[in-house]
Amino acid sequence: MSMVMQSGEALVDSAPRFPRKRKGISGRSIAILVFLSICAAFFMVPLYVIITTSFKTMEQIREGAIFSLPSPITIEPWINAWDNACSGIRCEGLKVGFWNSVAILLPSLALSMILSSVTGYALALWNVRWAGTFLFVLFICAFVPFQIIMIPLIILSSGLKVYGTIWGIAIIHAVLSMPFLTLVFRNYYKGIPQEIMSAAMMDSGSFWRIFGEIIVPMSGNIFIVVLILQVTSIWNDFLLGLTFGGLGTQPMSVVLANVVITTTGEAAYNENMAAALLTAIPPLVIYFVLGKFFVQGITAGAIKG
Amino acid sequence: MPRVIFEDIIKSYGKLTVLKNLDLAINDGEFLVLLGPSGCGKTTLLNLLAGLLDVTAGRIMIGDRDVTDLDPKDRGLAMVFQSYALYPTKTVRGNLKFGLAAHKLEKAEIEQRISWAAKLLQIEPLLDRKPAQLSGGQRQRVAIGRALVKKVGVFLFDEPLSNLDAKLRTEMRLEIKKLHDELKSTIVYVTHDQIEAMTMATRIAVMDAGVIQQFGTPDEIYGRPANLFVAGFIGSPAMNLRPATLSVSGSTVAARAAGVDLDVSRYGFTTPPRDGQSVVIGLRPEHFGEPDAAVADPAGNFSLPVQYSEKTGSDATAYLKFGDGLIATRVDPEQIGRFKQGDTVNISFPQGKLHVFDAQSGRRL
Repeated sequence: MSMVMQSGEALVDSAPRFPRKRKGISGRSIAILVFLSICAAFFMVPLYVIITTSFKTMEQIREGAIFSLPSPITIEPWINAWDNACSGIRCEGLKVGFWNSVAILLPSLALSMILSSVTGYALALWNVRWAGTFLFVLFICAFVPFQIIMIPLIILSSGLKVYGTIWGIAIIHAVLSMPFLTLVFRNYYKGIPQEIMSAAMMDSGSFWRIFGEIIVPMSGNIFIVVLILQVTSIWNDFLLGLTFGGLGTQPMSVVLANVVITTTGEAAYNENMAAALLTAIPPLVIYFVLGKFFVQGITAGAIKG
Repeated sequence: MPRVIFEDIIKSYGKLTVLKNLDLAINDGEFLVLLGPSGCGKTTLLNLLAGLLDVTAGRIMIGDRDVTDLDPKDRGLAMVFQSYALYPTKTVRGNLKFGLAAHKLEKAEIEQRISWAAKLLQIEPLLDRKPAQLSGGQRQRVAIGRALVKKVGVFLFDEPLSNLDAKLRTEMRLEIKKLHDELKSTIVYVTHDQIEAMTMATRIAVMDAGVIQQFGTPDEIYGRPANLFVAGFIGSPAMNLRPATLSVSGSTVAARAAGVDLDVSRYGFTTPPRDGQSVVIGLRPEHFGEPDAAVADPAGNFSLPVQYSEKTGSDATAYLKFGDGLIATRVDPEQIGRFKQGDTVNISFPQGKLHVFDAQSGRRL
């Protein structure tokens, strides 16, 4: 034991023979730091105001010092925002919108990811007639703003008897995100070595079997990327939820807007801030949780090396 | 009965024709090697057989079935790819099992086949590993195993050894040869490595520019190359090819190249030689006699200055100045000391080993 200690000490004692010069802080790096701090402050200052305000009492808010820290700290605005804030004449809080949003999110995610991954897989790895033309059309469609086709889509969806239902919103989400997501999946699948596909063609030759057993297990990364993209855009969506959701299926973003915009009596700033934060939390949680699952090297071991 | 027949195959991409009216018949149990330089169409031919590409015109038969328009999975083939192409998310066992996906087999049969192939290839301890946890040689074995479990009549290999190091390549070469001897199945093997071709093949099809230049046993290809391309492609160091002119007087025929007369009177001409005919003579480096010691029955004697020499351990090659070019001769490494730069050495070439080609058509005479 003592021997080990001694040799350990000896190692520490011996100074490096070729010491590296320590890097000091140069003028350039100070400039970069200042610039980055300003950029960060641009986002951080409003966020600071929102967070502190949501924990303040209305008395403190009325004093007008928006940068002051909350004293006393209260979580009542959060409870009110969740449970009994008024959206129009209904005073049931944001929780109704939250569960509506969850109910919209899950089928929308499933539909859009299945639709676009299968399309991308077919376009990338199978000989599809007119695949190039189809891709071009998709590419054009990715640039069409939703507002332009909103009214025709409402007429279409009411013709299909899905207008005002959760499935109606899910289908519209899936269709609208398909062009962009298909391009994402297609480009990812183009990166899969041709020989793996050739081997699968000789082994099985079945479109669905190859997709399910070979391609999907290799798609972990891209599914996570698309999941983050879609969770963020579906959760934060306002216009689609407003126009396609019936009264009972309004997503959280629409309820939030009603809570904040409605003015009967005094404006409860603390409640509004808490409501905004509550609405913003779910995509953030998804982002942090899923970010960990990124794995490197989809084809590790498949080909030479 | 021929196992695989290509009839009048044409493959073109737009205006570019890769394969031109190609005919080839492969016998049952044969180990056929498609040999040629990069871009000669050998891999294209293999992919046409596998069904991964469609022919532009022509017919492909396997056994007595016309498979030209069949899907790859229905052709009764198994293929080993250059990059192994293992499924990265499946275990070794899963890889072998997926190879049987198209066949509706009972569970016991699948298990039995997997353990048979694993035993044959000595990959039993690896069955539950993922491809990423295997070395290059082990991946190669798994790739071969995935083909073997299908128990098909024809196996296709697309340059399977080119990603392995030299030692492993030699080992796997022997193993594939052994597998072929054991299983007696038909193998079509694509490579650009002539050593692989010469050691493993029962017959070789040498390809260049989309055309089969010669189809024969390794001995035929080496001993009687059909044209200048085959003569230059097979053999290392390459055959010395020198332009020469024939002079015929009575029954003596001589080929004069850069001032040296070579006696070709007893050469087995397939067409009668003409006086003044332009030819190319081929002399393999390994057939020259020892320096300053005449071979029995020489076709010609050379007295040439040494340009440079190189040693590869078991072998040595000396390059002699001949006319305005060089002639390579294989030398016993112990003798290489006698080939000093600038020295003139006397070497002779034996009668029976000469090759004569027509200068215009490139065909063997």
